[in-house]
Amino acid sequence: MPAAYVVPMPEDPRFYQIACLTALLAYGVTFLEFDVTPLRIVAILATAQLTQYAGSRWKGIPFDPLSALTSSLSLCLLLRANHVPVLMLAAVISIGSKFVFRLGQKHVFNPTNLGIALVVALSGDAWISPGQWGNQATLAFLFACLGGFVVHRSERMDVTFATLLFWGSVVIGRSMWLGEPMTIPFHRLQSGSILLFAFFMISDPKTTPDHRVGRVLFAALVCAFAYYWQFKLFKNSGLIWGLVLMSPLVPLIDRLLPGPKYTWPGGKQPLPESAPQLTGEALAAK
Amino acid sequence: MNALHKTVASLALAVTLAGVADQAAAFCGFYVAQADATLFNNASRVVIARRGNLTTMTMANDYKGEPKQFAIVIPVPTVVKKDQIRISENALIDQLDGYTAPRMAEYWDEDPCNPPIYYGDEEMSADDGSGGGGRSAPTKVPDYKVTIEATYDVGEYDIVILSAEEAGGLERWLTDNGYHIPAGASGVLGSYIKQNMKFFVAKVDLAEKNKLEQPFLRPLQVEYESPKFMLPIRLGMVNSNGPQDLVVYALTEKGRVETTNYRTTKIPTDMDVPEYVAGEFGPFYKALFQKQVAKQGMQTVFLEYAWPLSISCDPCTGIYLSADTLTKMGAGWASEYHGGVNGGFVTRLHVRYDMAHFPEDLTFQETADASTFQGRYVIHHPFTGDATCEAGRAYKKDLYTRQETEITNVASLTGWSTETIRKKVPGHSNAPAPKTGGSWWEQQ
Repeated sequence: MPAAYVVPMPEDPRFYQIACLTALLAYGVTFLEFDVTPLRIVAILATAQLTQYAGSRWKGIPFDPLSALTSSLSLCLLLRANHVPVLMLAAVISIGSKFVFRLGQKHVFNPTNLGIALVVALSGDAWISPGQWGNQATLAFLFACLGGFVVHRSERMDVTFATLLFWGSVVIGRSMWLGEPMTIPFHRLQSGSILLFAFFMISDPKTTPDHRVGRVLFAALVCAFAYYWQFKLFKNSGLIWGLVLMSPLVPLIDRLLPGPKYTWPGGKQPLPESAPQLTGEALAAK
Repeated sequence: MNALHKTVASLALAVTLAGVADQAAAFCGFYVAQADATLFNNASRVVIARRGNLTTMTMANDYKGEPKQFAIVIPVPTVVKKDQIRISENALIDQLDGYTAPRMAEYWDEDPCNPPIYYGDEEMSADDGSGGGGRSAPTKVPDYKVTIEATYDVGEYDIVILSAEEAGGLERWLTDNGYHIPAGASGVLGSYIKQNMKFFVAKVDLAEKNKLEQPFLRPLQVEYESPKFMLPIRLGMVNSNGPQDLVVYALTEKGRVETTNYRTTKIPTDMDVPEYVAGEFGPFYKALFQKQVAKQGMQTVFLEYAWPLSISCDPCTGIYLSADTLTKMGAGWASEYHGGVNGGFVTRLHVRYDMAHFPEDLTFQETADASTFQGRYVIHHPFTGDATCEAGRAYKKDLYTRQETEITNVASLTGWSTETIRKKVPGHSNAPAPKTGGSWWEQQ
């Protein structure tokens, strides 16, 4: 593995994401009794890397393991199934979708999001546990997530904050309208699932609109759908379903509100002069 | 606080004032004891059968006060029709409780000098119950901005289904009709009204009640069709005197039920415990549950049992759930099949809650998780024969260490001191740590 991967403060935000997701997974398995065994974790991670490798060969592009690792760690955190092959199928769909559903430099769907949505909806064998994080570790969770923001100073964090703002507003607003005590919306917002979604799923720069206004609009659409899903249809995990169903609108938003395409630091996009250039597989175009 | 006041303080669910009772009957081979819901004072018991949007909720009623003072107000998602309200049987809920209760399994160590050929056993039996009827008459009561959607006489209950436009009117209607509403309920009622929920209000028809031979009130069963898979607990927490216990028995089509807005954790299971625990399994499990609640900061719902109905229980702690029993609980999709049940899944959730830790109603989902889980604690009876052979001596050496582990297990599960537990384990009372110069029986 190239030396660039192990430098203590790499500017590629995915290093921080991977560290953060790994820590969350370790925390979940150790303290929250996540129903995910080492075998399942290995199966998901290995399948994702193999799919990434096969897709790279198919498209004739260099192999970049980082995004596939991020996506597969998210799968380990979120997706549960009776059978290991179903988890592996989710990994194939997640990573495979990047190569199949794409427009120009971008993917249509967030890989993890699509993988989860399809196997939960179609396999009859998989599920998401929105309550699995509980509400105790929210602060630690939030600091870990904010840490990522401080570390990589990503310009694309606007979509994260817009999501938190919109979702917080609708949840608090609804409770105010119902006359519920504020403990209720705060309890709902303390769910680790929401932070995980905002910081690690909808924030993916490869699938969000290019223009800042577009990204804020996109976050609003996802939250509006999630509200309808959870508080009108009384179904669960509204944000996840909102993201997968709103993602096809991103090309339209990009057409209306064009902006610069994002590449991971060190890629084809020129970096600010102060930022050191990374080399190696991690920097390859995806 | 009078009895009625107490009752209405548990608005959302029928009040429970149960004492501690033990049911110690062995139906299957290894079963010796169970920790049923009656162990827990103030434990409400609710059976929720759900397929698609069709929900059947059966609420145990172990109200022990004057029947004429019994009253409940339960928010329900839709107007409930005449044929959707039934009277169930306490025996059916007891049966479901016994079948899913945390359990003890016991095994006897073999003679290490004469290891026998493996043997095993298993058996099953069945049981049933009955229902009721009623009438309906929708009426607007403009003064209160309350609509009486229907009134029904079902068995010993007078039932009114109400919808309301604002909490004040509903509160006044309830007060004027003899229901005592505790302070603080108005805000909760108001939020349910804005969510377009209806109110299921029941009190006892004394004339009908007196016709019954049995002294207790029978469970109420309500069926409704709604996408909301939830249990309202907020009204029951208004004016409550501390934490309450709730046991939910969920009957679903294919998988385990969990809460979506609170973490669901598995109760510690498959732990080896000393022999004496068989004689005091009730206190053991109560202490265990209390310890786990404290450990989780009273923030989680505990899974005590999750089992496909098509798979035989092992070990069994109660009467086999027949398709007929399940149908009476609302799980009509479970059909009889070769002496067992085809399809269906049972989940038992146990939660201790109060307003500070459980601010919102419980919402659930059925997952695809079809794996089995049970709260199970294991006793290995030591071999008490001579065992003078080589293997026997090795066995005796290992036994002390094993029993120390069992003592530690009970201490960590219940929070009881190891000294207290040791006193109840033969040969360990004065032995805080294993001696290196030989085992306790050798020293003796």
